[in-house]
Amino acid sequence: MHIPDGFLDAKTWITTAAVGAGALSYSLKKVQETYNERMIPVMGVLAAFIFAAQMVNFPIAGGTSGHLLGATLVTVLLGPWCSGLIISTVLIIQCFFFNDGGLTALGANTLNMAFIGSLTAFVIYKTASSIGQSKNFEKAAIFLSAWASVVVVALAAALELAFSGIVPLNVAIASMLGLHALIGIGEGLITVVVISYVRGVGFSQSWQQKKTGEDEM
Amino acid sequence: MKKTALIILLTALAVAALLSPFAASSPDGLERVAQDQGFLDKGDRQALDSPITDYLFPGIQNEKAATAAAGVLGTMLTFGAVYILGRVITSRKVESETKLQSTSK
Repeated sequence: MHIPDGFLDAKTWITTAAVGAGALSYSLKKVQETYNERMIPVMGVLAAFIFAAQMVNFPIAGGTSGHLLGATLVTVLLGPWCSGLIISTVLIIQCFFFNDGGLTALGANTLNMAFIGSLTAFVIYKTASSIGQSKNFEKAAIFLSAWASVVVVALAAALELAFSGIVPLNVAIASMLGLHALIGIGEGLITVVVISYVRGVGFSQSWQQKKTGEDEM
Repeated sequence: MKKTALIILLTALAVAALLSPFAASSPDGLERVAQDQGFLDKGDRQALDSPITDYLFPGIQNEKAATAAAGVLGTMLTFGAVYILGRVITSRKVESETKLQSTSK
């Protein structure tokens, strides 16, 4: 759901760029505080994986496709701020090197996909984890978080398009949410499978040696 | 951990090289909405001239090979960017810790 140049008006892209930049600098600070250098290779390879996976569009109904967002995937493995930073990096590379997502929309795309996506995933995953801990329950929680992250990001994009006056609000919300409710199913399935795979090849949550006793937030 | 990271990187490269050329080419959710609501053409003019457009590596005739090459390049670029960023911010952390220790003495 990379917004290109031309969809957002000046007030919308400037506002979202400011908020997106603020979130990015906060995430840098958070990651700097929380992670030690042992985590760097894993952060790098997960970012690489998200880039690759975002290229693989899967078809959904009605001649439309979707691709992995990855915010839930990285949030479950590394926490929401690290995920925000990683997804932002992917988006910046896509924008500057591959013309995917407009330069004026980079702030909105970062805010939506990197931060709103990761924080939505975090809130739902954390809430679910406090309710149950079984393996299957966790899989369901990951699926739900991934689905919801895509739908909430689609809602954010719909609001930005409507505020830009390019499409009426009710039309934007109905059409974006309808399609992304379907794309979210793909996101959920891929996220569950990839997290199991990454843990299966030896990824361990215990690598996240927190400097402080606080939670990921 | 290094082995795990290597496996994930190889998986990412395999996805970029082997799966991305076979990705669905239909419009994504947002493009679809833009198409249906008649504002897709507003996104025609891009502010940037990127070296690689549509994830096709320039100069490669075969479209699948061009996509795979662009995918592998982007995957390595992303790994490199996050790796270097991680190095920079954690080395700054070490510096600020050393500073903290020296001032507390």
